[in-house]
Formats: sequence, structure tokens, C-alpha cells
Amino acid sequence: MILCLRLGHLLGAGFGFLLAIAVIGCEAATDLAPLEDGEDLPGGSTTELFLGQSLAFAAPAANLTEEHRSAFFVGNSLFNQSWVEAPGGTDVRDGLGPTFNARSCSSCHFRDGRGRPPSSAFATGQGFLLRISVAGAQPGEPPLAVPGYGDQLQDDALPGVPKEGAAVVVWQEEPGLFADGTSFALRRPVFTIANPAFGALPVDLQVSPRVAPAMSGLGLLQSIPEAMLLARQDENDANHDGLRGHANLVFDHRLGSKRMGRFGWKAEQPTVLQQTAGAFLGDMGITTSLFAQENCPASQHECSAKPSGGLPAAPEIDDARLEKIALYSSTLALPARRRPATNVEVRKGKQLFHESGCAGCHVPSWTTSADVAIPELAQQKIWPYTDLLLHDLGTQLSDNRPVGLATGADWRTAPLWGLGHIPAVNGHLELLHDGRARGFAEAILWHGGEAQRSRDSFVRLSEGERTLLVKFLDSL
Amino acid sequence: MRFLEPMLPSVPACILALSLCSCDTDGGAGVPPETAAAIANYSELVRQNYSDTKATAVALAGTIDAFVVAPSAAGLDAAKAAWLTARESYLLTEAFRFYDGPIDEPRAGLESLMNSWPMDENFIDYVQTTPGSGAINNPQFEISAASLTALNEMGGEKNIATGYHAIEFLLWGQDTNPAGPGARPFTDFVVGEGGTAMNQGRRGMYLKTIAALLVANLDSVLLSWQPGVVSNYRGQLAAATPKEGLRRVLQGLIVLSGFETGGERIQTALDSGDQEDEHSCFSDNTHRDFVQDVQGIQNVYLGKYQPPAGALISGTSVKDVVAKHDAALATALDLEIAKSLALAKALVPPFDQEILAGNAAGRARVQALATALRTQEKAMAKVFSSFGLQPELPK
Repeated sequence: MILCLRLGHLLGAGFGFLLAIAVIGCEAATDLAPLEDGEDLPGGSTTELFLGQSLAFAAPAANLTEEHRSAFFVGNSLFNQSWVEAPGGTDVRDGLGPTFNARSCSSCHFRDGRGRPPSSAFATGQGFLLRISVAGAQPGEPPLAVPGYGDQLQDDALPGVPKEGAAVVVWQEEPGLFADGTSFALRRPVFTIANPAFGALPVDLQVSPRVAPAMSGLGLLQSIPEAMLLARQDENDANHDGLRGHANLVFDHRLGSKRMGRFGWKAEQPTVLQQTAGAFLGDMGITTSLFAQENCPASQHECSAKPSGGLPAAPEIDDARLEKIALYSSTLALPARRRPATNVEVRKGKQLFHESGCAGCHVPSWTTSADVAIPELAQQKIWPYTDLLLHDLGTQLSDNRPVGLATGADWRTAPLWGLGHIPAVNGHLELLHDGRARGFAEAILWHGGEAQRSRDSFVRLSEGERTLLVKFLDSL
Repeated sequence: MRFLEPMLPSVPACILALSLCSCDTDGGAGVPPETAAAIANYSELVRQNYSDTKATAVALAGTIDAFVVAPSAAGLDAAKAAWLTARESYLLTEAFRFYDGPIDEPRAGLESLMNSWPMDENFIDYVQTTPGSGAINNPQFEISAASLTALNEMGGEKNIATGYHAIEFLLWGQDTNPAGPGARPFTDFVVGEGGTAMNQGRRGMYLKTIAALLVANLDSVLLSWQPGVVSNYRGQLAAATPKEGLRRVLQGLIVLSGFETGGERIQTALDSGDQEDEHSCFSDNTHRDFVQDVQGIQNVYLGKYQPPAGALISGTSVKDVVAKHDAALATALDLEIAKSLALAKALVPPFDQEILAGNAAGRARVQALATALRTQEKAMAKVFSSFGLQPELPK
């Protein structure tokens, strides 16, 4: 079936090519980008073709074996289930907290989709959190956990345990102008921590706000050969294109050594498994074999006094279930593109995307490795629009909180696939790491640093061209 | 410009595409002429099914109102019976989901207000371990249709505040009983002397409110399927190409067969063996969910629906359309659906016992149903692609 449909896409693409020739003559303002083989299927043969709209991120990879498909649905159940205080009625669901941000994975990744910053002053549970730290003792040393708090603000807690504090956001509107004179407004977030429960926060506190990203295609990103990604590094800008992509280097707790980071806003996690275990501990207070220590800083006595949900000396979620959730998280399918690549507006937008230099970091396509743990993900031509490298995006976006080799201004190139589906799945399109951008155009306008030139190109486009570029992004 | 490798499609593909372009562009060719009649018959079937479903929901709300005014064991039993009757009708309509029609158009979110599952009981009311949990036991929370609509799914997919399963939980209570359904005493709704649990008045108010909300939401769906209205969903479906109509109908059947019923509801429960993972866990009515879901699929495929009262709806069917195209495939799919239906009916209730690790025969019956639904899904996907249909790419 997949083969037939892929052939159909190919034929459609061919037809579009002819149509394009006919159209070029009368609308020459923007060129049509060339069509590329397979670009309608972002996840290659893993792409989901039937579920759309609100369930666009919910389906298993279309080519999963029956065995993996069964495991997927088990992982799905674990992903949705709410964890409860230990000891609970059942050993398999207890261990929440003592402090936490969310009770379930799906709380932040609602319908496997994307979170957003607090919509009101103290709203929680929308898929948003603050990472915190203080500068290392000496310049150049890695940042340290905040005394009394740790490295993440947990804004919820079990009964009888103080919440660490509350994330509060205030927005400041800032006007700007496109080259054609049209005005725009950006909203700048100012995050503060209210009601700190364990003493005053240090004046040099580093705060990094993060929204939960959508889950689709993570296993495919994991499967891009590391050597191919590293080959795109150009930290000293040897080719003088203004881009200085470099990989983060992080500790892999299963491997026991450092390797390239791929996941998280600063590429601070090397694998889907470790990202999952990190979220279990940091966001839900659930221990795993990778991160076995409960997250209770020394001064949080009520936290330390709470019983663990695991069997004695065992993590609160065992490896078998952790790996099922990791498999689930690795095999959530990309949905088909929202508009076909042959669409004339989409092709013009794509052309502008390339002409503006966006593809220098948002690298359109990769082919996954032949040798990966989940064979269904092997040798797929995928279209994530990322290089998974860190790039300096300038002072406007900087959180001033380094992670590994990522400086405060460095961010991992965010994949663009699937973003257009977020409004149907999650009811918003709040983009960038802290959700400050209200749609694609604002997200582009916030880019600086290495992306300043692309951002400036966008500002110089006409209104019609800007609309085309956004239509292209929305089509992915 | 950094775009170095334009990968143009090969010339033969372009030429081949030209010869097919009439199929790809007008959207009506490629499906048999019967398709328009099949979509019209489908629309009428859907309207009648929702109309009957609304009637059973009105009856349910009526028994609940009577029960809450004067709680009694008999009143609670009557409300439970009305709930079971209402489910029989609603479950058939699940075949009309998954193409973003009136029931699950994402912005309105009506399906998630009516049938969300699985749910955390303690989001609504007390559970065994926490007597003070849930919105009912939080006097600061004002109970109203608007506030409960806003509360539904707030902070997590299992934070269900409204719909059939919330009503089910308030009528039956937690299913802590391995041999039978939940056993909430009617006295949970008795205010004052003889009352059990806390906040009995709020519990009654909550139950009445979500029952009325269910009726209102069903009414909203039903309006979208009324005939003779150009601007409602039915009118728009009639105005769309028959090919597009067929796409929607088939997509709904495919997703309900495979992802939803075969996957999320059966495979998950089978693998965990946990009654928390069964669809109607409080009432132990899950076996009927499977039977009626597959029955609903068969209704659509055969273009037939027998209302509880009134004349049989019957007309040009999806099967007729498929048969014009590929008679053998039409028959094969017919047999697959019939097989799934027979296997669903062969389950031995309650479903939570059927999936227990020690119940090899039960688990085999459940696995057989899951396998049949997967086969059925694949046959439907074959039909879908044989018509050259492609999933929706919004304008």
C-alpha cells in the first residue's frame, strides 16, 4: 500500500513539474523551487497517511512490524497514564514526585504535541518549565545547580511537600517594521519565579524557559548517521558563509562516555532513551536506572522524607517499561505534509526559504543509517529541516545559561517538520524554545546571530513573499 | 543561494502523470457513478443514528435528574440501565469519527467532551485512597456546563471531566471488584442523614450538569447532519466530489478499525492486562463497545441501519461502490468485517477478566479480535489506495 501511494506522490510530483512550466510564464515574480523526490513524505515510509488534524501526531510509524506496533500501544498507555503518590494502590503507577512539573508525559506533550508558556500568571501543566542554575565557580566552568532548588524549578508537589516556586511570565510588546513599511509586533517574555520556597534565589540566577516539543520523528532524528551530522560542523566558519554550526557533546549514561547531543533545545541529551529518563526524573520525579536519585536537594526535608515508589533499591519505573516508552517515543510517525510539495504557492515559498539562506541550518533532508536499533527506521529519506547542530542565534534569544558546549545564545536548529499541524493538535502555534513567537513570521523575526542575515532577508521580502514563505513552513 | 541539487522528476514520470491527470485534478473521476448515492445514503444513516443517540441521551438525562432529586437504589439502577442503552446507540456512531467531521472537528472538540477515555477518576471525585480528591470535593470549583467544558482534559489527556465515561464513573464508581462492575452506593448522592462520602449535593449537581451537556453536544452534532441545509456539514459533503466523500467515509472506518479499536483499546489492554486500560471499566460494559463499534463499521459498509424504532435505512452502500471497482475485494472486506463482528460477540464478559494473564482462552479470544481488526484495516487501506485516494491535504 505504501509503495502504491508513494508512486502516486511521484506521479503527482511529475504532473506538478509540467504544470509549473506552464505557470512560470505568467507569474515570474517568484521562482518555483525544484521538486525533490520524496519530499511529500517527511518520514519516508514511516509517514502516517490516515490520521490527520487533532490526531496528526498520534499514530505509529506506518511500517512498524506487528510486534513493534503492539509495543507501541503499550508505550502509548504508559505515556498517557498519570503517576500517583507512593505508595499507591499499584506498584506500576506510583512514584510521582515528591516535586514535579507534571503527572504524565501527555500532560506536557498533549496528544503527542507541543506545550506552551503559561497562558495566565500562574497556569501550570501546559508543557512549560524553567531550567535554572548559577554560574560555575570559575569562568569557563560548567554552571552549577541552584542551592536548595537544583537545576529545574518544580512548580508542583505532593501533599505536604512545598512546591519550589511558580514560574510567572510577563509579556512586553515590541514594535518593528518590515522593509515595505508594514509594522509588526513581537512579544518579549520576562520570566520570574514567584514564591520561592527554599530561600531567596541568587541574584545571578540563570533561567532557561522551555516548552515541550512535539514528539513525532524522534527515532528518525536519532537514526541520522553521526558522522554525516558532524561533517556539517564549521565552528570557525572556514567556508565564510557566516554559519558556525557545532555539535553539543554530552554524557551518555548507557554508553558511559560522551557523544553528540541531539535532543532538547540545547541538544543536551544524546538519545531518546536518556531524554525520556531525564524527563521522568526532572519533570515527574520518577527515578530510572539512568537517573536513580530522587530529586530532593539537601534542604528540602519534606521531599526527602517521602517514600519511594520503587521496590527497595529499584527505580520507580523499571527498564522494561522505560524502554517501551522510549520505543513509543521513537516510533511516533510524522504525518503527511499539510499541502503537497507540488502546490505552486508552496513551491514559491520553498524557493524563498532557500534564497533567504534558511536551509543553511534547517537542512531539509537526510537519509537514516542502515544499522539502527529499530529496523523500520533504517534507510529512510526524511525531511526534518534541521542539522541538529548548535548555532548562535544572538542576544535576543539568549537565555544566558550554558549547557555542555552550548552557550546561552546557542540553540539546536529546531526541526521544522510537522509544525503546521500544531494548531489542529494543540490549539496554538507558539514557537521557539519559550513559545514567545506567535506563528512562523514572529519566529523568523526573533532570529539573530548566525541567522541575522536570513532574518534580514525575510524583513526585505514583500508582504506577498512573506506569506508564501510562511505557507511553505505551514505545509511541512 | 545554497540550493545545489535540484532533483527534478524523471521525464517518464511526467509523461505518465499527464495520462493520469484527469483522475488527479477533477476529483470525481476514478470512482463509480454510484458513489454519490452511497454518500447520500451514508448521510441519512448518520443523521438517523445521531438522532436515536440523542434520544437515548435525553432519556439518560431524565433518569439522572429524577435520581438526583430523590436518590434511591432503584433510581440508580434506572440511571445505569439508561446509560447502557445510550451507549448501544452512541457506539455505532464511532464509525463516523476520524475524518474531522462534526463529531471530531478539532476546534469544537465535541468528541473529547463526550467520549474521552481513559480517565483519572480522582480528577472528578474521590477514589479509594483519596477521599477528598476531584472537582466535586473542591467547593471552590463552581460546577457549570462552561466550567466543566473548560476543565475537560486540562493538564493531561486523562483528566476527563465530562462525557459518557465521567457519567459512568459517577453512576458505578471505581471498579475495584474483580468479579463485577463498580459498586458506588446510591447514598453518595444523599444529602444529609444517610449520605455517604462528602459533597453529595455537588456530586448530584455535577452528574446532572454533564448529562445535560452530553445532550447539548449531541444536538450540536445532529444539526450538522440535518438534510436540506446547504451550509451545514451534510450540505458541504453533498457539494464535495463523491471521491472526496468516499475518502472521508473510508478514512473513518480505517482508523476506527486499526488505530483506535484494534490498537489503543485492545492491544494496550491485552499487553498490560490491567483493567485501567479497558474502555468502559466502571460498568464492565467494554465487550459491548467492541461489538457495537464493529457493528457501526458494518452498518456503514453495507449502507444499512436499523433504528430502535422506525423503518430500516438502506440504500446504495460503500460495498456497492467497492464492488463496481473490484468485486472480489468488496466481498473479502465484507467477510473480514463479519468475522470481526463474530469475534467481538464471542468475547466473554467482563473484559477485564478476559485479558488476565492466567486466562489463556480469554486472551486468545481478544487476540483473535485484534488480529481480525488489523486484517480488516489492511483490506480497507487496500480499497482506499485502489481508488487512488489520498489522505486529506487541506487547502
